[in-house]
Amino acid sequence: MKTLVKVEETSFGLASRRSFLKMSGLAVAGAGLALAGCSSDDDSSSENNNQMPGLRNGTFDFGGGDTGILTYAYALEQLEADFYTRVVNGNTFGSMFNTDEQAVLADLYYHEVIHRNVLRQVINTAVNNNSQQLLPDLEFMYNGLNFGNRAQVLDVAQKLEDTGVAAYNGAGKYLESAANLALAGKIVSVESRHASVIRSLINPDDAFFAAPDVVDPSTGKNQAKAPSQVLSEVETMGYIQTPFTANYLQ
Amino acid sequence: MNIIKFIESFTDDSLLTQTGSRRQGLNQLGTLGKKSLFAALPTGLLTLLLVPGKSQAAALTTSVENNSPTDALRLALLLEYLDSEFYQTGLDTNGLIPEGRHRDSFTKIVSNEYGHINSLVQALGGTDSPNYFEKPEFDYTAGGLFDPFNNYDQFLALSQSFEDTGVRAYKGQAPNLMSQPDLLQAALQIHATESRQAAEIRRLRGAKGWIQGNNRDGLPEQAQPVYNGEEMTMQGGVNTGQVSNSGGPAIPSIAGSEAFDEPLTREQVLSIAGMFVPDNPLG
Repeated sequence: MKTLVKVEETSFGLASRRSFLKMSGLAVAGAGLALAGCSSDDDSSSENNNQMPGLRNGTFDFGGGDTGILTYAYALEQLEADFYTRVVNGNTFGSMFNTDEQAVLADLYYHEVIHRNVLRQVINTAVNNNSQQLLPDLEFMYNGLNFGNRAQVLDVAQKLEDTGVAAYNGAGKYLESAANLALAGKIVSVESRHASVIRSLINPDDAFFAAPDVVDPSTGKNQAKAPSQVLSEVETMGYIQTPFTANYLQ
Repeated sequence: MNIIKFIESFTDDSLLTQTGSRRQGLNQLGTLGKKSLFAALPTGLLTLLLVPGKSQAAALTTSVENNSPTDALRLALLLEYLDSEFYQTGLDTNGLIPEGRHRDSFTKIVSNEYGHINSLVQALGGTDSPNYFEKPEFDYTAGGLFDPFNNYDQFLALSQSFEDTGVRAYKGQAPNLMSQPDLLQAALQIHATESRQAAEIRRLRGAKGWIQGNNRDGLPEQAQPVYNGEEMTMQGGVNTGQVSNSGGPAIPSIAGSEAFDEPLTREQVLSIAGMFVPDNPLG
């Protein structure tokens, strides 16, 4: 049976956000972001009938099933695309990064915008172009991040790429369509290439591209994280301002 | 070799009909792969022969593309054997791999590959399982074409081709693991590590971390099948070579193929790996 954790309000101020996080060990909610963990994998036959993405109680929910997972990926790609757009648009982009770094970051900007646009199209097809079921363009804010600081920008890039890889790795097994799995597979390896290259820009030595925080040294396996864990971490980053919920994802 | 004999070898009936057993078909393709690489045919012809949908082998490819999870794991194990022995031999060859970033990277990579082997053997049921097979003998000269343990550029080049092949091979097998969610996730996790490794090795060579079109980045012509098909630009109904973003700089067309890695079929993987495996346990 499905256990949904209710989130009463989605528009917390920063102060109430802290207290809410203390209140519940299961749910994660934030300023402009609210999600509830769903701890059930014995879905009944009623699944999918009412789990399409869309507004629920005034907040957009990612939905469940393949479309929910694609919407979740779309949200993460929106974040990455927005971040790198700001990076390459930055006033100090051409002076702060060397030629190689500029080329890498420009490529990441291109790739993430393309991923975002492809996922948007795939979701549009899945929901028959019903605009009510397409996640809106999210709004972002990067409080505390100085886009004129090389180390800070690379650090966020690393976090976003590592998170993206772990997210696709953890969501793949929930996809029911082989076509969707194939598409996710085509994207995740490029995200992983990104993560590797960004890490080596930060630290070219000590095999930092596959350090133990992301690749288990005994098994050689890259991290995999469930959607609830990824969204909790993304919430902690605090960049996504638009409220949403993910009540039907694991 | 005699080009006419080569052409004859793949027009053999058993390759072109589905009545031959799958094992026979794979044997044929493995042989074909080796022969084609040794014959050093023009890339265009190779593509014609080996890419499903464009070739006479299309029917065969279609008939065997749905592999069992065991088949998928065994294919992965062969590649991990191939990679790990290559890197270990390189690390054990005095003076081959420069100290510092290069050596650190290969030390990490071979360690990861050993971890992958352990996971795969376990998933196959252990070394007593009938599905298990021991590491075969490898010929990293591919019959005298290469000399990687005396030539570091060649070592790096082959490393890149092994890693990019691994990424595409795991990707191609993922749908075959959908019935086994835990195995699928493990394969995805290994796939991501292979991708990290591929990018690192590409950067060690001075190449981009991602694949541009079907560009083999200066690798020998024999490596072209590793990259054929990577030039794909239709993804989910979007032409990825024609994407614009109103809020930022123009996006060059080549970024479209870079942004997505493409799968390889089992047959494509076996034909690529086959040139280093004189007696291939997978046919």
